[in-house]
Amino acid sequence: MGMTITEKILAKAAGKSSVAVGDTVWVEADILMTHDVCGPGTIGVFYEQFGRNARVWDPDKVVIIPDHYIFTADQKAHRNVDILRQFVREQGIRHYYDPDFLHGDGMPTPYRDPTKTSYKGVCHIALPEEGHTRPGEVLFGTDSHTCTAGAFGEFATGIGNTEAGFVLGTGKLWLKVPATMRFIFEGTLPEWLMAKDLILAVIGEIGCDGATYQAMEFAGEGVLSLNIEERMTLCNMVIEAGGKNGVIAPDDKTLEYVRSRNRSGKAFEPVFNDADARFVYEKVFDVRRLEPVVAKPHSPDNRAAVSEVKGTRLDRAYIGSCTGGKLTDFKAAARILHGRSVRIDTFIVPATTEIEGALKTEKYNGQTLEEIFLSAGARLGSASCAACLGGPSDTFGRLNAPLTCISATNRNFPGRMGHKEAQVFLASPLTVAASAVAGCIADPRDFLQ
Amino acid sequence: MKPIIRGRAYILGDNIDTDQIIPAHYLTLNPAIPEEYRQLGRHALAGVPEAEGGLPKGHIPFHDPQTGQSSYNILIAGRNFGCGSSREHAPIALNAAGVEAIVAEFYARIFFRNAVNGGYLIPMESPQRLCEEIRTGDELEIHIREALLVNHTTGDRWKLKPLGEIAPILEAGGLFAYARQTGMLRS
Repeated sequence: MGMTITEKILAKAAGKSSVAVGDTVWVEADILMTHDVCGPGTIGVFYEQFGRNARVWDPDKVVIIPDHYIFTADQKAHRNVDILRQFVREQGIRHYYDPDFLHGDGMPTPYRDPTKTSYKGVCHIALPEEGHTRPGEVLFGTDSHTCTAGAFGEFATGIGNTEAGFVLGTGKLWLKVPATMRFIFEGTLPEWLMAKDLILAVIGEIGCDGATYQAMEFAGEGVLSLNIEERMTLCNMVIEAGGKNGVIAPDDKTLEYVRSRNRSGKAFEPVFNDADARFVYEKVFDVRRLEPVVAKPHSPDNRAAVSEVKGTRLDRAYIGSCTGGKLTDFKAAARILHGRSVRIDTFIVPATTEIEGALKTEKYNGQTLEEIFLSAGARLGSASCAACLGGPSDTFGRLNAPLTCISATNRNFPGRMGHKEAQVFLASPLTVAASAVAGCIADPRDFLQ
Repeated sequence: MKPIIRGRAYILGDNIDTDQIIPAHYLTLNPAIPEEYRQLGRHALAGVPEAEGGLPKGHIPFHDPQTGQSSYNILIAGRNFGCGSSREHAPIALNAAGVEAIVAEFYARIFFRNAVNGGYLIPMESPQRLCEEIRTGDELEIHIREALLVNHTTGDRWKLKPLGEIAPILEAGGLFAYARQTGMLRS
């Protein structure tokens, strides 16, 4: 019987010629990624279980990217980065992206030039930028948004500390082979629609538990016409439907991106669906008939068309995170913010230092993106997860009061961005930018002439 | 794994995500340090809106202010318990607060795997919507192997779903113990 991309990758990683949905298999990891929030616990599990003198199974397959709690004066957060530093020294791990400006007490002073630091920022965007994502591979990460890397045609999923500690010692983990749900987008996106609108439409359709234990594959002209960053946005939010992994078949755009970043030169093998592969669910969307959408408080599946909630009063707008902090997201926001002013507090947080650097060089209508955002009255933060998940109370953009915010991030459960009574609407960077200018929820179609 | 878990129920609704189980500002605590593991317990369920904690009435504190622990060792919840992030701090916080078992309609998969692989608590599933049948404070007894829940307060008995393939991992005490028992890891 034919296999899906996900089934084929897992079969290969398990050393089997085939696997079936529901099989429990032990698979070999190609990359294990961890960060400052789950790394210390993972390292603790590793040494406790394998002994104080244990060595990781392959130091070149371990990637450590501090990103969550960097720009904070919180001492425990700094201590956690020190635990990572000590571990990479002990284990000879080369793929470590140190916040080299972080030492000692107090709020760190960030780098002057984002292109001249070893620090990267948000792990899910740093992984592909630094050449750690390749088609056909298995990526485990101690973060639920590890599924982002499915955009490169690989199996990528989030795991916990215990599992990651196990992988550190053995290179292996048990997995149950998921059934694949398939979402096909027909047509190409109009200029006011983004990948974020597509994935919010999907989550609204199937619910925030609609893909529990399952793989979600995205296909069709609407997906293949998207650039790599937009494809990452699609796969990034499969976890918001409970999905185990998201996946997009690799094409020329994928291969071009991966080859240009694959510094190690490691060989890889793209994997595709068999012609007779079976899908447990299939849904076709005509993107020409989709409208910009939001997820209302307090769940990513609480879908509404922007036209239904237009005019809703807002206190704040936020563009950032692994979901909405990529260069494509900021280019989109700049189309609306150029020559306009924001009416509410607006926070811009690039996912990585590479993107932060690009804000200073990338231009729209003769102005850099940074100039556009600053002259619109927005506040720019340094590359990090920042307020997407709240974090320590001194985190840039955190909702420390019961405010109403429109955000290009991924989750709006109670308290996600800080205050338990805050109201968060999720939307595309275009819709967030339009709303920042209007001071209430606004339709990007009214601003793109 | 205890064959029978007895204790008081604390009732929650649907989609209790990991930010409600342990809000992100507590994630600087490193569970590998015993004192910080215990501190996570004091903040378990800190993100649940007051009106939704301890159903059906709500507004019932989860913790005993004297001990910082919870006197409710069984959680009853609706659909999709533990959705959201991969933070293992979530089942750890519940374990450190004193929770031994959860009965939900179903779980988000990373939380479920973390609970089982870390051996922190027993995640049982119920075919019925027990969060609307059981009240916070009811005295319960769960027979794990028999997959049976008895409510001593009301006299109700509910059949749960058997643990199935995760039972041997929970019996062993978690992923590492299981891997050693089955020869995957040298002991």
